[in-house]
Amino acid sequence: MTLLNQKQKHRVSFTLNGVPVEIEVAPRTLLTDALRHGLGATGTHVGCEHGVCGACTIQINGAPARACLTLAVQVEGCVVRTVEGLAPAPDQDGQYRLSILQAAFRRHHALQCGFCTAGILMSLDAFLRETPLPSVEAITEVIGGHLCRCTGYAPIIDAAMEAAAELRGDAKHV
Amino acid sequence: MKPPPFDYLRADSIDEALAALHQHGGDARVLAGGQSLVPMLNMRLTRPSVLVDIMRVASLGEITTQRNELIVGAAVRQATLQQRPGLANEVPLLAAALPWVGHWQTRARGTICGSAAHADPSAEIPLCLTALGGTIRLRSRRKRRTVPAETFFAGTMLIDKDDDEMIEAVTFPMRRPNTGYAFAEVGRRHGDFAMVACAAMVDVAGIRLAVGGVADRPTARAFPLLEGSALDDALNEFAWALEARDDLHATARYRRDLVRQLGRQVIEAARS
Amino acid sequence: MDGSPATWVGQSIERVEDATLLSGRGRYIDDLGTRPGTLHAAILRSSHAHAAIEAIEVAAARALPGVAAVLTGTDLAAITTPLVASVRAPIEARAMATDRVRYVGEPVAVVVAADRYIAEDALDLIEVTYRPRLAVVDPEAALAPAAPVLHDGLGGNLASERAFTYGDPDAAFAQAPHRISITSRYPRNTGSPIETYGVIAEYDPHEDAFDVLANFQGPFSIHAVVARALAVPGNRLRLRMPPDSGGSFGVKQGVAPYVVLIAAAARLVGRPVKWIEDRLEHLAASVAATNRVTTLSAAVDRDGRVLALDWDQLEDCGAYLRAPEPATLYRMHGNMTGAYAIRHVKIRNRVVLTNKTPTGLVRGFGGPQVYYPLERLMQRIAVELGLDPIDIIRRNLIPAETFPYRTATGALYDSGDYAHALDIALRDGGYQALCEKRDHARAEGRLYGIGIAAVVEPSVSNMGYITTVLTAAERRKAGPKNGAQANATVSLDPLGAVTVQVASVPQGQGHRTVLAQVIADVFGLRPIDIRVITDLDTAKDAWSIASGNYSSRFAPAVAGAAKLAAEKLRARLARIAASQLNTLADDLVFAGGKITSRCNPGLVLPFNRIAATSHWAPGTMPDDVGQAIRETVFWTPPELTAPTEADEVNSSLCHGFILDFCGVEIDRITGKARIDKYVTMHDCGTILHPGMVDGQIRGGFAQGLGAAVFEELAYGDDGAFIAGSFADYLLPTATEVPRIDILHIATPSPFTPLGAKGVGEGNCMSTPVCLANAVADALGVAAIDLPLTPAKLAALARGDEAPPPAGIASTKAAKPGDRTLRGAGETTVAASPETLWAMLLDPDILAGLIPGSHGVRKLSDTRFQATVTLGIGPVKGKYRADVSLADLTPPREATLTGAITGGLGSGDGRGCVTLTPDGAGTAIAYTYEVAVGGKIASIGDRLLDGATKIIIGQFFAALARKAGGSKPTSSRFARLRAWLRIGR
Ligand code: FES
Ligand code: FES
Repeated sequence: MTLLNQKQKHRVSFTLNGVPVEIEVAPRTLLTDALRHGLGATGTHVGCEHGVCGACTIQINGAPARACLTLAVQVEGCVVRTVEGLAPAPDQDGQYRLSILQAAFRRHHALQCGFCTAGILMSLDAFLRETPLPSVEAITEVIGGHLCRCTGYAPIIDAAMEAAAELRGDAKHV
Repeated sequence: MKPPPFDYLRADSIDEALAALHQHGGDARVLAGGQSLVPMLNMRLTRPSVLVDIMRVASLGEITTQRNELIVGAAVRQATLQQRPGLANEVPLLAAALPWVGHWQTRARGTICGSAAHADPSAEIPLCLTALGGTIRLRSRRKRRTVPAETFFAGTMLIDKDDDEMIEAVTFPMRRPNTGYAFAEVGRRHGDFAMVACAAMVDVAGIRLAVGGVADRPTARAFPLLEGSALDDALNEFAWALEARDDLHATARYRRDLVRQLGRQVIEAARS
Repeated sequence: MDGSPATWVGQSIERVEDATLLSGRGRYIDDLGTRPGTLHAAILRSSHAHAAIEAIEVAAARALPGVAAVLTGTDLAAITTPLVASVRAPIEARAMATDRVRYVGEPVAVVVAADRYIAEDALDLIEVTYRPRLAVVDPEAALAPAAPVLHDGLGGNLASERAFTYGDPDAAFAQAPHRISITSRYPRNTGSPIETYGVIAEYDPHEDAFDVLANFQGPFSIHAVVARALAVPGNRLRLRMPPDSGGSFGVKQGVAPYVVLIAAAARLVGRPVKWIEDRLEHLAASVAATNRVTTLSAAVDRDGRVLALDWDQLEDCGAYLRAPEPATLYRMHGNMTGAYAIRHVKIRNRVVLTNKTPTGLVRGFGGPQVYYPLERLMQRIAVELGLDPIDIIRRNLIPAETFPYRTATGALYDSGDYAHALDIALRDGGYQALCEKRDHARAEGRLYGIGIAAVVEPSVSNMGYITTVLTAAERRKAGPKNGAQANATVSLDPLGAVTVQVASVPQGQGHRTVLAQVIADVFGLRPIDIRVITDLDTAKDAWSIASGNYSSRFAPAVAGAAKLAAEKLRARLARIAASQLNTLADDLVFAGGKITSRCNPGLVLPFNRIAATSHWAPGTMPDDVGQAIRETVFWTPPELTAPTEADEVNSSLCHGFILDFCGVEIDRITGKARIDKYVTMHDCGTILHPGMVDGQIRGGFAQGLGAAVFEELAYGDDGAFIAGSFADYLLPTATEVPRIDILHIATPSPFTPLGAKGVGEGNCMSTPVCLANAVADALGVAAIDLPLTPAKLAALARGDEAPPPAGIASTKAAKPGDRTLRGAGETTVAASPETLWAMLLDPDILAGLIPGSHGVRKLSDTRFQATVTLGIGPVKGKYRADVSLADLTPPREATLTGAITGGLGSGDGRGCVTLTPDGAGTAIAYTYEVAVGGKIASIGDRLLDGATKIIIGQFFAALARKAGGSKPTSSRFARLRAWLRIGR
């Protein structure tokens, strides 16, 4: 049993994008705040803090999760992944790269302001691992768990389908 | 939108959780998937002094079958149950309804029992429990008791649970031979709580129709095997009896209409 | 060449913004560091739609550890002045209420604390005493003589009224064979960007200067409003914008009052203060588009030609007229005849104030409210005359040969070929096939309809259009206002690299990419060579009041200004290169990173060497070239003149054209409208980046769809706001937004440097009415207002409802908007009426009866005050209850009125109790009416009915028990008692 008193801060340890991290938080500290303001991982965004918009979606132990509905203390010992961990490491020339999914988003203009994007990428990344051969309907439903106010969604769906094909090795973009 | 202060207790065993509930009573809340509780905390609609996180209690994460019942522990996530091989065979109604529960992302965190505890009158899991005649297994340090879904759900966010009790599991009766099941719902958008949701179970003896989103709790009604206008009349009577109300998303009349029409559709689907 | 296209402009290149955003490296306001010691603000907001503030008790909040200050409107008023408006009227708008609140969500106090968590804890400790006043929500009701008045000085709620006549509409109506009219009530909605407002402010008392970072979007005319409110000259309000912004759609103009609030708070606490708005605040109190009641009539000839229009517009700007309002009403003034050649127009514009959130910029700004009635009317003309709606549109379109076309109300439409656009849209969009599909569906008994909308999309607002709200005489007195200064700065660094800076404040529209394309073409470079900076600092960067990201002005105006600036620099670079190559400047070509002689291609210089010359060797430059380091161009189109004496106004520089049509099927059971096909044809002049243009169209369509079907900032008649979360204010998601077919033609604008016109807002104007026309066609109805909810459409699609079976009362149809919770109950008690009567008047006994009571104080024989904790299930809150008794007929009858206030909201109720002797006991009967407002109403409205029933039932059950142990008639209350979380 672990009892964490509301009046104090408590150390939480977990893995963030492959790196062990530690942070001191109050029991009520939301994971969004811990990631963004505690650890400086500001790529995860906050749009509603009630679980609807999906901007804060991250992965906890490989499964998607709304960081705004998660207490930081809940991820003790967990493997957490955020948008900052999506891209592969820079290549030998030091060139920064994008993941297949990120690159597909760029090709398809699947983002405008980019505020919703991190959450959608994290959902799709998890979903495509679980479902390598998705139907358009299934992809649409997954994206349906997010709000994007800029794009009208069609380019996001196209990017996701193309990335799925490329991840399977079926197709390479032009 | 930040939660008010609370202590956080991570239980490693069910006894620890029950002890905390025993000690803090109504000031404690069980934290499972957090998909209903944390929004309410963030909006400061609720102010528990301690949260009891039960997600690391291994025994609560089990799905078992026993005497024609599927028993789902308090820490079982909706996605886990949805992915259970053979669910469509074991509890076909649940398999049909789970894709309607929130979104793929929230099902990955939300629990089956958490949805029952939240008791939203529009929610799918309470509706399935009510339709099938499922039960809620409650446990405190003092005792264990099993409450039928039909009396457990007592109103909007109201349940028959004492402060020191927690839901240990819910049980869904498994598919019965020669019985048809069907589910349908209409929401404003995909993934929203239902304006009206209907679940039907039909066998040689009769029809059982449960409706969510209309009354202040999921409500089931048994009919004989009616057809044609007799069925219409029975559905009309049921629709009015649910005392629908207008809200932002739908009128009372719209809800009654859907009870009549969607109700008929699911009954016919369950029959075929 | 290096494989570059002939021009970068026109190519859908990948955006320079995207890699950063996709990898989580964006720099939105809440991602930026703050100075050490920065404090965090949270705002207490009114739960009442209309009330006097009698007292604000802040001591407990102030005493909370970590709280630096709790500031009220009075504190703020000491160092700020009211926000000036565009209309001179006795309406005092402030960043925070002082003595009266006029809408739910109006700021009442601000807590500044060590972090946001503590600040919110302190909000819970502030106690405000309100004296509720009647609220008015409906714009027509607000004009009634007996309506509650929001601003006493105004006398009523009418803030502005103007009438206009162009041509001879009366004669046209008198002569026309048909007068066809429509009335529409356009609802309230908003842009709802996924990123909310944010402000970080600090104040230097020695220099009396504010430094503010805010995700503001312009127009920067508002800078003047903010500086004046903060009582500093403009040069002491340094306003900076972060590099990235998470969408705006107009809405982030509305952060301005919060800039005042937070900056003033920073001044009062002497520390930097940061505030990030949360979603509940945003929905309740950021900015709404106006709701508008319009009656529009057309004088129509036999062929369906419209000879004249008669507009009567009643605009609802909410509780205050906030600058630039009532601009929503006047932005379209030049194009009130839409795409049609109509020479006679009459307009009456009235602006009314109601107890709702003040309005402001929202994508489409005035367009949806105008085109909804106009295009509904065109459809009605077709229906009423039995003509094809396409023919009606075609017959009335402005002929291509008349461009530039001066409309009756004064706009100068720059270019277009509407008939051609219509033809191409019908042909390539498959209109014929769609009609056949509709016929087929109808033959099967399905509800299928086709909608059409033709829209002229204005862009690049004339800063003078809003003065049309003034009379010509008032305008003469105030001095002319006109134009739209756009600016851009292009600079060259010592290594010859190019940087562009503009005051366009993008929120996701890819301005940096387009500018890189435009400038790359001018200098013969690649977009990747150009660095574009769009974050703005009003203290250092070039800007004007017209700067900002609104009225779709980027492509036509800002990108054009950048081109002009680059061309000026290029001309100088050509002179420098010519002198070095011994050729003429005209002979030089900028391409492939080189400057080459046309006549003698062997004469070549690298671009960056010449570009660096002015840094390294100014002495070598031809004498009259001057510097070639930095060029700032301000560009304002001469066409944007001030309104004329006859009130004609060219309200916008560019006018794009949109022709939408769609096929919609309505499900008879669910009432859901399924969009089967949606075609949108755009002429936005020269297209700079096709991918981004289509992105704007898709995004605009999705928002138009939201406004048409899903979204409404809904209020109850009592002024309670009831769409307070994303579970209530429904944005369309991927599963609701269909794919659309996008078509283009291009008639370049002769008025803009690049030939481009705006394109960002058109579908917000065309899509709602196009869908409504389809739904009206499917259902065969004449009147239909948004949103097209399933319940509304199902009711129209069905006949009367099957009556309730005997024994069940038909619920009386409450009028929509009436949120009053009503109930009644009865119980029998084994005590005499006299005994009960005494109990009801005894505070100690009452304390034991009132659910969740912490004690009752008797203020007089008939007034009581109690502190109670009420809740349903886990939802709990602490309230103060004030109850008074009236109409006492001891011991038979009493009327109770009461109000409760607390953190979760407030309620006002009224109940009647009658006690009738019944054998040895008493029959108690009660009825009640309760209205609940505030947070709980806005996010948990559906909880309230059950909760009220249970809590009131509780009271009488307790009374019955106390008086003699009889059971309440309804056993449900007793059963529920165990589960109620009351009294903690
Ligand atoms: S911020 Fe978490 S879902 Fe919106
Ligand atoms: S890109 Fe702006 S919200 Fe999705």
